[in-house]
Amino acid sequence: MIESLLSAQVLLGILTSGIRLATPYLYAGIGETFGQRSGVLNLGVEGQMLVGAFAAFYAVQRTGNLVLGLLAAIVVGGLMGLAMAFVSVTLRAKQGISGIGFFLFGLGMSDLLFQTLLGTVQTVSGFRPVSIPLLSDIPVLGPIFFNQNLLVYTAYLLVPVADFVMNKTTLGLKIRAVGENPEAADSLGVSVARVRYITVTLGGVLSGIAGASLSIALLNVFQQNLTSGLGFIAVALVYFGGWRAWGLLAGALLFSMVNALQLWVQVLGIPIPSEFAVMMPYVLTIVALVIAVQRVRPPTALTKPFIREG
Amino acid sequence: MALRWSSYPQPSQRARWAARSGGGIPGLLKAHFNVNEILSTVMMNQIAVQGMNFLLLGPIIDPVQLERASRIPQTARISSTFSLPRLVPTRLHLGTVIAILMAVAVYILLWRTTLGYRIRAVGLNPEASRYAGINVARHVALSMALSGALAGLAGVVQVFGVNFRMFTDGSATGFTGSAGFHGIVAALFGQLHPLGTIPAAFFFGGLLVGANRLQRAVQVPAALIVTLNGLVVVFVVSTELWRQQRARRRAAEIARENEDPASVDVSPLDELEATA
Repeated sequence: MIESLLSAQVLLGILTSGIRLATPYLYAGIGETFGQRSGVLNLGVEGQMLVGAFAAFYAVQRTGNLVLGLLAAIVVGGLMGLAMAFVSVTLRAKQGISGIGFFLFGLGMSDLLFQTLLGTVQTVSGFRPVSIPLLSDIPVLGPIFFNQNLLVYTAYLLVPVADFVMNKTTLGLKIRAVGENPEAADSLGVSVARVRYITVTLGGVLSGIAGASLSIALLNVFQQNLTSGLGFIAVALVYFGGWRAWGLLAGALLFSMVNALQLWVQVLGIPIPSEFAVMMPYVLTIVALVIAVQRVRPPTALTKPFIREG
Repeated sequence: MALRWSSYPQPSQRARWAARSGGGIPGLLKAHFNVNEILSTVMMNQIAVQGMNFLLLGPIIDPVQLERASRIPQTARISSTFSLPRLVPTRLHLGTVIAILMAVAVYILLWRTTLGYRIRAVGLNPEASRYAGINVARHVALSMALSGALAGLAGVVQVFGVNFRMFTDGSATGFTGSAGFHGIVAALFGQLHPLGTIPAAFFFGGLLVGANRLQRAVQVPAALIVTLNGLVVVFVVSTELWRQQRARRRAAEIARENEDPASVDVSPLDELEATA
């Protein structure tokens, strides 16, 4: 039984599905990283993902146009992000709890629309795997890395892009300044509010895409509470990744590999109760959170609204 | 209260211990490792639900279900001697009274005891509390454990007063109907004051019952209430700043009014002097 888990075929299976499963965490996590680096904790990721997932699914189901589906998710996620920015930056509301509010809103809203507009669980034909010429012909590695769908590729491309923006551009410098020392940034003429509006809205857009990656690329269905805690895990992975894009990638891969392993444990009929297998990734996340928090210091101004003196 | 509980059978105590550790673990993680409690409790939720699913499908499943092919994941019905008494002919059970008593007890604990004073101090200003010699980590962990125990009590009351058995639909919301998240909303709506929670909880309880009726009568999905609850949370926390400002302004006004007689006496003199 255990030996069967170590066979080449199963290991390849775990790698392939692990890489695919990391996709939503990457989108949502990178968006959240931007928000937190600028000092805003957005716990509404889960809700943003749910409405994004529904918008994308509904658009594709009605029009059959995948680009339109993606756009719908971007617009809806962006609007949710904008609302979060307004509440946490302009109204200076407590971020943890307002995020829970947006989560409940997204959970209820997506379910409400699902029940009134669709009624039953349906499927759509979403993004198909695109094999990259030449690269996908590499034995063993080719099918793992270069035979995925478009949203998977862009998720992984987003990691170096996000890292570059954060560390090598003026915008990135402003984001980090605003998250570490908003008073100093403000005195140098950086608009704290504008930077935070940009990052939190961007976070909403990316969360929307994360939802779409589930409903029109990986699973191709929509149902009540489709994300089931995935958005919260993405937030936890931001902590785990030490607020860096590459760290987030490592965390997302680790988490989704364990999840893939857990699925294979069940498929192979290894005598561990499936409930305990499902628990594994969550236990791992808690352990990872404990380790991560000791290792790196969070952005100094995280969760603190900025009040301009005078 | 302690006597009452000891007369209940084991499952309820187990549930309470489980819930207490459910609140206790994130509390310890928060206190000693500074792990964000919202994230750790969301993870604990998933772990607890899976543990419950495991128990209900195996060790504590109804023996009758074990023999049937359907194997519905639920326990046997508890003996009626253990069910909470009801105010006949309504469905109101003793759990409601327990809940109100608990709210009062929490009020007394938080506002009338030293322990409560320390808990509130730690929440308002951990740095100053540490400086004043309060063990911040211990009080954070303790308040989370107490909160977990109360949540466990909510589950106990749900079993002994409403369903008389434990069951699951596989998700976190099946048995409780998202009571936990609605509880957060009620607490916020009650201005995070135990006594304020009483009317808030009845208000949201009424909303939820109304939503179920609405769904059956005119097919408005009950998800509408979840949506509205989300908006309530957002609005309540959004208006906090405004409410604080108004309270401050009012306090300033009262202070000015108290000084008024003096200022009335002074100002004509001032004017005299100015004209002179």
